[in-house]
Amino acid sequence: MTAIPEITRVQELIYELKIEQVMSRPVITVTPDTRIDQLKEILRINRISGVPVVQDNRLVGVISIEDLIKALERGEMQATVGEKMSRQVITVSAHDSVVEAVKRFEEHGIGRLPVLDSNGQLVGILTSGDITRGLLHAIGLGYHQEEIRRYRASHIFEDISSDRTSLILCYHIPAQELQKAGEASSKIKKALYRLGAQPGFARRVAIAAYEAEMNLIIHTLHGGDLIAEIHPDKVRLLAMDDGPGIPDIEQAMQPGFSTAPDWIRDLGFGAGMGLLNIKRCSDQMMLDSQVGVGTRLEVLFYLKEEGVLGDRAPSTS
Amino acid sequence: MKIREITGLPDITTLVPPQTPEQEISGGYASDLLSCVMARAGAGNIWVTLQTHPNVVAVASLLDLAGVIITECADIAKIDAATIEKARTENVALFATPLTTFTIVARLARAGVPGIDEG
Repeated sequence: MTAIPEITRVQELIYELKIEQVMSRPVITVTPDTRIDQLKEILRINRISGVPVVQDNRLVGVISIEDLIKALERGEMQATVGEKMSRQVITVSAHDSVVEAVKRFEEHGIGRLPVLDSNGQLVGILTSGDITRGLLHAIGLGYHQEEIRRYRASHIFEDISSDRTSLILCYHIPAQELQKAGEASSKIKKALYRLGAQPGFARRVAIAAYEAEMNLIIHTLHGGDLIAEIHPDKVRLLAMDDGPGIPDIEQAMQPGFSTAPDWIRDLGFGAGMGLLNIKRCSDQMMLDSQVGVGTRLEVLFYLKEEGVLGDRAPSTS
Repeated sequence: MKIREITGLPDITTLVPPQTPEQEISGGYASDLLSCVMARAGAGNIWVTLQTHPNVVAVASLLDLAGVIITECADIAKIDAATIEKARTENVALFATPLTTFTIVARLARAGVPGIDEG
């Protein structure tokens, strides 16, 4: 089987970025009457290798340093730009994606592309250097924004001032829907990562959340709610349902004790280890249940350092 | 053993290639009981199992496993499409083989992958 080819951020950007975002402006231009020796000075002073030729606000040609060298070799420095320029001008539209310019550069082997607006007016000029700069800038910008987002997420508890700040994630877990199992715990894990939690800590919470999620799917009548409260110093996980309830909690905590139906066991669940796994991963576990009323599971995970989402390696690794 | 080397083993089909091919496999774990895997397998492990349903991927992703090898799978078309799709979106490397768990585990061990209790 072959992998789906990965599209790089640069490939994505050349489609996203518009030519007008990366082109250079204002454009230095000459007229057909400009003499070649004047052109030489214009190119030298501006450190450029070609210019569009404009007459009466219309683009009529381009002239490059190569044309200048040819004229120099022939001793035609007094000739005019109009005589030496290329009249076949390949242009791009300001509203096109950068990819259009890349294609044209490749196709025609040219160094610069005059950029026209929708009225055909010359509004800018584009070289491969402009594209590189534009891409680097866009990547840098994206990176910077991502940095800011990460920073803001991981400092949310410092930035928001209150006597007690917490982030509450609620998920409704429907009964019997095994296909969706693990989705809520996976989201909780991702949120913890987003907030700067260490992998070991996030994994510990995720394992407990997964087992609690599985219990709600397999054992409840109508599903239940899985709630993760993220505090600056701890994570509190709550799983609540409205039945059927556990008749004997001590028995339910015995390794291997399970009331899971056969079809669940066939899928590899219901080994009677869920509650034990939760207990093992957590710092504190409280289980209340009443037959005919429901079950409430509360699990606590403490962060090592006060006020910081830090690492606490799970006993598994 | 690096995770990408699994791809090169005989009788193994790569269903979802590893995102970090150069990652070193930290150990191996074989079980068909998901709760056992949750309890014992650790980050970077390769998991060998008969199970093919999408929850295999959920477990592998939650534990940050290096990958999953599905055994006794004579016909990869029979693997739930949702499992492969989920593995792709969760970036879990997924492999399949017609061989039995014991054979695959023995081969991995010969290739130098330790059991989780061997360190």
